[in-house]
Amino acid sequence: MASTIHIDIVSAEEEIYSGEATMVFAPAKMGEVGIAPQHTPLMTRLKPGSIRIQVDGGEEQSIYVSGGMLEIQPHVITVLADTATRAKDIDEAAAISAKERAEQTLQDKASEIDIAKAQAELAEALAQLSALENLRKSLK
Amino acid sequence: MASGKEIRTQITSVKNTQKITGAMEMVAASKMRKAQDRMRAARPYAEKIRNVIAHMAHAHPEYQHPFMIEREVAKVGYIIISTDRGLCGGLNSNLFRAVFAHMKPFNESGVDIELCTIGQKARMFFRRIKGGLKAEASHLGDAPRLEELIGTVKVMLDAYENGEIDRLFLVSNIFVNTMTQRANVEQLIPLVADEAENISHYWDYLYEPDSKEVVDALLMRYIESLVYQGVVENIACEQAARMVAMKAASDNAGGMIDDLQLAYNKARQAAITQELSEIVSGAAAV
Repeated sequence: MASTIHIDIVSAEEEIYSGEATMVFAPAKMGEVGIAPQHTPLMTRLKPGSIRIQVDGGEEQSIYVSGGMLEIQPHVITVLADTATRAKDIDEAAAISAKERAEQTLQDKASEIDIAKAQAELAEALAQLSALENLRKSLK
Repeated sequence: MASGKEIRTQITSVKNTQKITGAMEMVAASKMRKAQDRMRAARPYAEKIRNVIAHMAHAHPEYQHPFMIEREVAKVGYIIISTDRGLCGGLNSNLFRAVFAHMKPFNESGVDIELCTIGQKARMFFRRIKGGLKAEASHLGDAPRLEELIGTVKVMLDAYENGEIDRLFLVSNIFVNTMTQRANVEQLIPLVADEAENISHYWDYLYEPDSKEVVDALLMRYIESLVYQGVVENIACEQAARMVAMKAASDNAGGMIDDLQLAYNKARQAAITQELSEIVSGAAAV
């Protein structure tokens, strides 16, 4: 019974597909690959595209992945699918925004101090006002 | 003693509070179940990657990725995963205490510390204490997506590759069961070799385009998935802790209502007794 190969498609968030296939086509980085059972061990990156899985009855299933890794062993195919579109510059932008948020947080500290300062000044002013009022009352 | 009316308003307000805590308990219970499902769903990915990395490490003992090499420690980094919201018992404070305990030896030996926080609570807490906040992510909601974490993790990985930090730790809560959550600090990079895994035979892969690029991409995803898992698990912990805290609050409110009810009855009885004795003495005087 070597005419099928097991395929698992998983992403970091969930298991997407698991089953037996007679043939699998995947959008590898260097061009589409067709994988039959007993394929030689191979590891490659995937481009965005659909993975086509042919099951025993000749049916074909298509699953879209936005990239990821493909690992092939003679009896098992593992697709580590990305959940998001990955590209160097997109990752870079995400990193920069995470950094900016952190800097913003540290700057907020200054503004919080300002608030505390303002509150202290306000309290002082109020105290002065009430003292003045008391003085006025006693003078009357 | 407070008058009957005062006690009655107090009882009503405690009852209202109890309604809120009761509702929050139920919401937390259902959210916890969902978070646990998500936790389970995220597991296969990390396991698969770990297997692949173990195979590769055996097939290519000569290739050492920077993430696998131990360096002299001059600076360390922490990724701290906390909750966004409070009202979840001692979950966050226990976590922060664990972080401090872990940082202590580094502080004493003069090792600098860089932080990266995930979740509002850690951000608010650590910005007051340490200046080295490098990256931040918060308001991820109940169903966080990996996408929202990529940037934050990348900042720390870049820092590691540039030699700004020599070790990276992940701090998060581990979901033991509904009643127990454990604060945990684990080393992310350099990757700790997993000797426990027994693979009976090894083989080498063909790599397309080349092994380095594939390994780089794989390791990065591996670490991201670990952080993602930590975040999802922390949400399950948060909901469990909230559920327990809210249950305790509801029980306490129940106890308080009983006490107040007793006080109210006593006050009412005293008022009646007083009235009666006034009438009786009034009648006697006539």
